Amino acid sequence: MASDKPTEHANQPVIKVRGLVNRFGDHVVHEDLDFTLERGEILGVVGGSGTGKSVLLRSIVGLKRPNDGIIEVLGTRLNDLNEEQRSQVERRFGVLFQRGALFSSLNLQENIALPLIEHAKLSREEAEYLARIKLSLVGLSPNTALQFPESLSGGMIKRAALARALALDPDILFLDEPTAGLDPIGAAAFDELLVTLRDALGFSVFLVTHDLDTLYAACDRVAVISQKKVLVADTLARVASYDDEWIQDYFQGPRGRAAQHAHQQ
Amino acid sequence: MPDEWITNESGKLSLHGEWTLGNFHALKRALSQQRELFSHAHVTLNGIERLDTAGAALIVEMIGVEKAKQVPEWAGDLPKEQQALLVRIAEAMEVPLDIQPRKQHRMTDALATTGQQVIGLWSQQRQLLAFIGLVLATLFSLLLRPRRWRFTAMIAHIQQSGLNAVPIVALLTFMVGAVVAFLGATVLAEFGATVYTIDLVAFSFLREFGVLLAAILLAGRTASAFTAQLGAMKSNEEIDALQAQGLDPIELLVLPRVMAMLISLPLLAFVGMLSGLLGGAVVATLSLDIPLTQFMSTLQKDVSVTHFLVGLSKAPVFAFVIAVIGCLEGFKVSGSAQSVGEHTTSSVVQSIFMVILLDALAALFFMEMGW
Repeated sequence: MASDKPTEHANQPVIKVRGLVNRFGDHVVHEDLDFTLERGEILGVVGGSGTGKSVLLRSIVGLKRPNDGIIEVLGTRLNDLNEEQRSQVERRFGVLFQRGALFSSLNLQENIALPLIEHAKLSREEAEYLARIKLSLVGLSPNTALQFPESLSGGMIKRAALARALALDPDILFLDEPTAGLDPIGAAAFDELLVTLRDALGFSVFLVTHDLDTLYAACDRVAVISQKKVLVADTLARVASYDDEWIQDYFQGPRGRAAQHAHQQ
Repeated sequence: MPDEWITNESGKLSLHGEWTLGNFHALKRALSQQRELFSHAHVTLNGIERLDTAGAALIVEMIGVEKAKQVPEWAGDLPKEQQALLVRIAEAMEVPLDIQPRKQHRMTDALATTGQQVIGLWSQQRQLLAFIGLVLATLFSLLLRPRRWRFTAMIAHIQQSGLNAVPIVALLTFMVGAVVAFLGATVLAEFGATVYTIDLVAFSFLREFGVLLAAILLAGRTASAFTAQLGAMKSNEEIDALQAQGLDPIELLVLPRVMAMLISLPLLAFVGMLSGLLGGAVVATLSLDIPLTQFMSTLQKDVSVTHFLVGLSKAPVFAFVIAVIGCLEGFKVSGSAQSVGEHTTSSVVQSIFMVILLDALAALFFMEMGW
């Protein structure tokens, strides 16, 4: 795998975005946005509603074509790639969508086995066996393997979606508000699970979130999207002391202080 | 013998290479050759260059969960991340991973399915009757309180399901009218009775086709729309929200739709009759050499208004059935988007079936009555 990617070095950022512009009609979402995701880090992406966090995620994973700018993933420029090469790169992504986006016509193990069968060319039995290991890895009992998504609770859907995102052992994991709608216990367990898996599997994580506790518990760095660009991207402590009204409200508000306090304990 | 993945040196197994998903098949093959050695041999892992969950799962499967969980003790020179991965995978594989195999299909399953479908059909009809009762009860309780009639919603639905359907109904009945005229001319010409084509078109469209075609079109167009609208509301918990606020979904959602259909379908049936007659008249004039004046005078002479009334009297019944089935199926939607699709299909099939069934019964009734 490594041999066919000569430009990929251990110290190079896994995602490099330069001068990104995204527009919907007259509405400008991103203007000259720069963004970097380092290898092996969990980067929390925060910002007010409608600031384009999800749009940034969708531009990087290729669901939205940016109006301008360069997106470089794992040392290759996405703009230059043809369909086939792009699919090769996208195979190294794992995406967890906001509401899970599990395939409703497949049961859990088929959901996870699908990319294994399609991309890794495994047989159905092997793929479903690995799928059950993945389910167990994210803390779901293998007994749930035959259940369909509609019969699952919100927390279970998030875990199953994480298992599917991890199916191909991705290099980069994109999570869109993974803890939204989970109870605090479930959310804390998810944060812990994420860090454990990152330590074990060594992937990099692009984590869109509103959850302050997740930022304190799981993230190595935090990027704030505001005023159509990445305003600041640094360690939590430095971001929290950045001189900007929104950032101050965000981190020094009652919830921000509570999360900080809880983390210090 | 040196191997790409596993080397066996006098009972000591050493693993190396990339133990990743991409090499899964090759790894499995290599393992199957050395399977029996793993249980007792000394295993070293430090030759492994890359390891992912798939490779780790294979290793854990071979050396056993217990041994894999103690990896830090016997393979301390392995990178920390890979140790952590092996331990994590071993923990994940501790639970029994085998699940009940899929059930075998037997002959008796067919019987059971048939039974279930019969029961389902029965309960569906009961639900339909109950819902019709509920709608009628609400309707009558509101009849004397015009202030609670939802005129805006009703007008909007008349526009959507009535006015917007005029072109398609007119076009379709026009074409069927022309086809019936051709068909009649072909058969009747043998008896030298081509002129009776006019009666054929008039009778069939006034009594049956005008209203039936309009009803079938609305069953496809409007019953599905009602189910999809109410189903989307149901899965979005909007209907629960209405009820929680003490509002009656039947009054707010169902009655405007039913009333709109009760008004739209008779009008559309009328449009269908006219346009079917027009189709017949066009064919008669252009290809059967029956002048339009003769067409009109035969219509007036031979066809009494009873036939028109018989045809039109069925329209409100069909309208009510279509609207009620469409709404009921919408209320039956549960949660997922898939369920919306299933119930939309079901509502179209049911309403077309009911329309044709009622039409057949009505034909028998009217024939016996001599109308």
